[in-house]
Amino acid sequence: MFGAGGGTNSYREMEETDLILLWGSNARETHPVMFLHMLKGVRRGARLIVVDPRRTSSAAFAHRWLPVRVGADIALANAMGRYILREGLLNEEFVREATEGFERYREAVEPYTLEYAEAVTGVPRELIAATAREYATAPRAMICWTLGITEHHNAVDTVFSLTNLALLTGHVGRYGSGLNPLRGQNNVQGGGDMGALPNRLVGFQDVEDPEVRARFERAWDCTIPPKAGWHLTAMYDAMEKGLLRGLYVIGENPVRSDANATRILRLFRELEFLVVQDIFLTATAELADVVLPAAAAWCESEGTVTSSERRVQRVRKALEPPGEARDDLWILQELAGRLGRPWDYPDAEAVWNEVRELSPLHRGMSYRRLEELGGIQWPCPSEDHPGELFLHGRLWKRPVEGPRAPFMPTHYEPPVDEVNEDYPLLLTTGRRLYFFNTGVQTALYRTPVPQEEYLVLHPRDAGRYGIAHGDRVRVCSRRGAVEATAWVESTVLPGLCFMTLHFPEKTPTNFLTVDAADPKSGTAEFKATAVRVEPVPRGRVLVEATREGAP
Amino acid sequence: MSAAPLRGWGVELQRLEHVPPPTPEEQQALERVWGHLGPEERVGRRDLLLPALWAVQEARGWISYPAAAAICRELGLPPAEVYGVASFYALLATEPRPRRMIHLCDDIVCMLRGAEALAQTLHRLLGDPIQEPAHGQAYGGISRADGAASGEGPLPSVGWSRSPCLGQCERGVAALVGERVLLGLSPEALEERVRAWLRGGEGLADATPAPTHLGWKGEGTPLLLARCGRIVPTSLEDYRALGGYEGLKRAMTIGPEATIQEVERSGLIGRGGAAFPTGRKWALAAREPPPRYVVCNADESEPGTFKDRVLLEKDPFSVIEGLTIAGYAVGAERGYLYIRGEYPEGYRVLLQALEFARAAGYLGKRILGTDFSFDIEVRRGAGAYVCGEETALFNSIEGFRADPRNRPPFPTQVGLFRRPTAINNVETLACVPPILARGGDWYARLGTERSKGTKLVCVSGHVARPGLYEVPFGVPIRTVVEDLAGGVPGGRRVQAVLCGGAAGTFLLPEELDTPLAVETLQALGAALGSGALVVFDERTDLWTVVERIARFFRDESCGQCVPCRVGTQRQLEVVAELRRGGGRVDPEVRRLLEELAQVMRDASICGLGQLAPNAVLSSLRLLGKRP
Amino acid sequence: MTRKLQVPLVTAEVDGQRVQVPEASTLLEAIRAAGKDVPTLCYHPVLEPIGACRICVVEVEGSRTLVPACIRRVEAGMRVRTDTPRVQLSRRMVVELLQGSVDTSLAPDVRRYAAEYGARPERWEPFAQEGPRAKHAPKVDNDLYVRDLDRCILCYRCVRACGEEVQNSFAIAVAGRGLAARIDPGFDLPLPDSACVFCGNCVAVCPTEALVPKTQFEMRRAGTWEEGRQQVVTTICPYCGVGCKLNLHVQDNRIVKVTAPLEDPITRGFLCVKGRFGWTYVHAGTAADPGGGAEPSTPPGNL
Repeated sequence: MFGAGGGTNSYREMEETDLILLWGSNARETHPVMFLHMLKGVRRGARLIVVDPRRTSSAAFAHRWLPVRVGADIALANAMGRYILREGLLNEEFVREATEGFERYREAVEPYTLEYAEAVTGVPRELIAATAREYATAPRAMICWTLGITEHHNAVDTVFSLTNLALLTGHVGRYGSGLNPLRGQNNVQGGGDMGALPNRLVGFQDVEDPEVRARFERAWDCTIPPKAGWHLTAMYDAMEKGLLRGLYVIGENPVRSDANATRILRLFRELEFLVVQDIFLTATAELADVVLPAAAAWCESEGTVTSSERRVQRVRKALEPPGEARDDLWILQELAGRLGRPWDYPDAEAVWNEVRELSPLHRGMSYRRLEELGGIQWPCPSEDHPGELFLHGRLWKRPVEGPRAPFMPTHYEPPVDEVNEDYPLLLTTGRRLYFFNTGVQTALYRTPVPQEEYLVLHPRDAGRYGIAHGDRVRVCSRRGAVEATAWVESTVLPGLCFMTLHFPEKTPTNFLTVDAADPKSGTAEFKATAVRVEPVPRGRVLVEATREGAP
Repeated sequence: MSAAPLRGWGVELQRLEHVPPPTPEEQQALERVWGHLGPEERVGRRDLLLPALWAVQEARGWISYPAAAAICRELGLPPAEVYGVASFYALLATEPRPRRMIHLCDDIVCMLRGAEALAQTLHRLLGDPIQEPAHGQAYGGISRADGAASGEGPLPSVGWSRSPCLGQCERGVAALVGERVLLGLSPEALEERVRAWLRGGEGLADATPAPTHLGWKGEGTPLLLARCGRIVPTSLEDYRALGGYEGLKRAMTIGPEATIQEVERSGLIGRGGAAFPTGRKWALAAREPPPRYVVCNADESEPGTFKDRVLLEKDPFSVIEGLTIAGYAVGAERGYLYIRGEYPEGYRVLLQALEFARAAGYLGKRILGTDFSFDIEVRRGAGAYVCGEETALFNSIEGFRADPRNRPPFPTQVGLFRRPTAINNVETLACVPPILARGGDWYARLGTERSKGTKLVCVSGHVARPGLYEVPFGVPIRTVVEDLAGGVPGGRRVQAVLCGGAAGTFLLPEELDTPLAVETLQALGAALGSGALVVFDERTDLWTVVERIARFFRDESCGQCVPCRVGTQRQLEVVAELRRGGGRVDPEVRRLLEELAQVMRDASICGLGQLAPNAVLSSLRLLGKRP
Repeated sequence: MTRKLQVPLVTAEVDGQRVQVPEASTLLEAIRAAGKDVPTLCYHPVLEPIGACRICVVEVEGSRTLVPACIRRVEAGMRVRTDTPRVQLSRRMVVELLQGSVDTSLAPDVRRYAAEYGARPERWEPFAQEGPRAKHAPKVDNDLYVRDLDRCILCYRCVRACGEEVQNSFAIAVAGRGLAARIDPGFDLPLPDSACVFCGNCVAVCPTEALVPKTQFEMRRAGTWEEGRQQVVTTICPYCGVGCKLNLHVQDNRIVKVTAPLEDPITRGFLCVKGRFGWTYVHAGTAADPGGGAEPSTPPGNL
């Protein structure tokens, strides 16, 4: 955000803020322990407003639930922005002194009247207005979001529509006010920190900046390609075109986790060479030419991870890895050696010390300090720096330190996969409490609920399609069909249904999803797939979309 | 506990979507509880939980899971907590139970009148008593999803259980059956009735019970009994004709501060047992920030005690007026009257009296043309002695388990709904209108130096005229027992008098000349408590009585703190063993009981646990020295 | 952010020693500030005190009864005595009552206090009746944790952790009354049918192993649970991006239990189901797989 890729606040600020706008996130189930901090805040008087097409378990704790139509978030945010402007609730001083591009934003939101927004988003206008007013007038307010915002074909624009609200009201750069994308995996943030992004080097440094590159090239004694690389979707496009023919996958299961799995499977099969490094023989690993068995990073090796509040923390080795499984670092060094670059890092700390040399954000975080302080939040530029509780305090300096924060005008576009007579329901996807991603880890503990995929649909739709709670149903999209068990419940609105990606071997939901992706982030629109649902006649046990391929 | 819960907050109610709906009769019963409240207004009204549980209990005879789930959905409450509350009360059943339940009082007084023979009759006709999980059997087979009975075969139509004191001591043996209390029961009459019920009939019309003896003696009496039996209880005209509502008028003339001063000057102390100065309590509550509440504690459950029942049934307006004056003085807009579930007649009378008071402008907006607005809501207990403890009573009204709270903070600061609250006993409030009407100074002349005014005394057990008697403080106990109640019949001698109910102490015959007053009884190591005197003649097996008292406390402990939860059980076990052993108490056992008693008094959270060893220990004075 | 509020101090006396503590401190805090201590059972450092077990009682001058130190606020001039014979009698009795009513053999605190105060629960045995102390089998209705209510001392820690103070699931509450009071998910529902979300935060605060992870329960039964041989390694949860610290309890190169460090401000000792129980995959396919898998969708085992 504004040049730094991380949430701006800390969990403890959630306990002391006045308003939390939880947008496109079911944190109760996906970030349970962080949600406890939010609940503490709510118990102390903060308002919690949940924006979600589903009446989630998070919404059960909210003062207000805005049942936004899938993919209509920009229209909602812009309407809030327009209302705030109309009512004069903006933070004029902040907008004038700390931002740029305000006039373009004002023009951009002008069409988003409450009436229009109600029609597009399905959220009653008075709820939109009340939410805008409360957000703008709260002494402290934060917006937190997850994949409900970012798994859309216009994900980046949707994020911008939220950051615009924070700029308009000055709800960023202060204790208890900010913008927080909640990270879905234990080291998604750390991966970004370490430059596992197509356009960044370690510490979010721009790969296309010659000075930055030069520093890294000196340190690494090599030449770094001067252009940003491909993000995931671009890689698939490159595979499609034959430009990318070999792939090295570490700790991911893309043939199960990526949208339009039929196509992904085909692309993987067509690769000339595939290496997979993982702790399990995943579905992706089964397709590999070479499989490198890895140690479990969080308990069988040493290192660090970074959390959603930018806190770098130590992971430690508690177990000897089984069999021939090896530490990722060992594998990578062996590989480097065989590729003619004999790296020499005796341990994870040595790698980390190199990170500290190259990344100003991490410079002050020695292993010793990480141990002593129980983790440090970046930026931490020096060893006498305690780390930052919240980011962008600079925007409140007068004059502003560094560049102004830009408004990024955005416009609503409906989801790509259109609902019509043949595909009358919109399927959205997400996680359930007990499970995680494609279930590689969570399939292996004895969950108190069945390891089974449910299609959650509204009683009205269930009635319409002759489906009873507990029936087997077939879900068909323009790309495939899978079977699941019907779960009839009013937590989804009529016309909407919900599934997860947790049981891909039995119910490969991604055979349904659309691979329309955001051109900037490369994330696919997992959240909006037009589907048809039909009962499966009893006794029939056919799954048309099998792991073998397309129906 | 931190901040007040939000409306329906955090309960993931979709979990309950697949529970079947309640039966139509359960649903209708619930609709009556919701009344005019829309669905949005019900959510968060946890204080409606107990009324809702009562409603479905009465509609079906027990609380089914579908009915409980419906309550959860409407009020936004978690099932675990609803069950926690429902399973707390003896009159609520969380398992299938016969629709007609006979709750037979076998407590100390009815026991003297032959309750055991009636229990044998019921056992012969109906089999084993059905006791709620609260009383022993911790885990029962409970049917869930379908809400049907879990056992084999249909439920019998009639069942029975043993009950603690029903507050009908002057006219037992008593049994609570639905909305009726059967009185003066004999085994034959009971058998005839039960047989009729088993055949599906309604049985006999209730026999007219023996009248409650009322009497008084000494200066100032009758004050509280002046109207009892002389007026139609729900007649406002009758009430006013005999001085009713003069107190409220006077209070409104002199203003809230002066009203409190008047009560302070009267020296009135609480009649519920704790003997705290009423005026001071009001003053403490009045100085806290609003909203404030006033509450009338009508959960009279102390075995041997029935004075509040008589007042509520025979002179309800006096209590209503007293509570209204309290509300005026304290600056409350709402009062609650919590009546024990075993008093159906009092409940009916009260509801009617309140309606008349409202219609006449004594309750509601702008009372008597002033800018004081006040109304009273009646809540019913459901079978739990501990609710007489004031903080437990608050929790009960609020829809929580009726566990007493730690104090401080005291109710005057943090009371009902966590707001400043003045809570007073029925009799205390009934004293208030005459104090206001005739002046605190007048009242303070009655009684003794430290115990002002007159006192209602419930006399039961082995006396010729068990009943309710009013005397000024300072009258010897013997006067009440012998002159008013007629003494032990049949020329037998008094063995002991239990003073203050189960939580009280046994007085020896030679102690009966003690003046009835707080300070004189205190000097004896006893306490007046609720004002109950249970007389035991020389033939009584007192060990049986003591064991029943020990069992009473074991059954009625809320279970929150260790000294009371486990201590009452240990005390019962030792007493039972002593009774079986013929009453010999060797020094080691005596020390064990004394140590336990000290710890229960020292370390229990509330008065229940602190007072539970009283009767046992004091009985050792009588019984321990026998060979 | 380091702006400190000026909290007024109050002065009290603990065993004759003057001590100054911030206003609204509890007696327990004051006692500890004076360098003394009292035993506690229902008290838990990250939960609000409730004053239920009564083992922390002390004498306060002018008070008719003893006073629970965990919940009572200090008042200026209070004189507290923490270890008088009267206090000791109450503590000894509380332990005796607990030991006589439930199985406290796996409750280290109770055992310690029993030794310290010389509890002799056996002196109640001649009077014991069978009925009210009937034993119940451990409730094993899910594969993650076991409820062994015969060990429950009703400290309410689990109820508080499940309720508004921490987890806000309200899945369990006290049901019944008196000696029959017990922790129940309502209507005797099995946990998987209740509002339980299996975070195990109730297990984390249980002082008696009435609530115990199933791995621990089974290893105890098999006689293989050896705390003395376990190492505890702190790492970070492998699931979502919150970054919860986990304490891995390792015995013989196997994780046998996962807890969270109380002092970690992110978790305060509380986790979700995946963090506390979702670790078994690291042992999948190896001998004596402690968690096993419910129809693993992925071929088990490292390669």
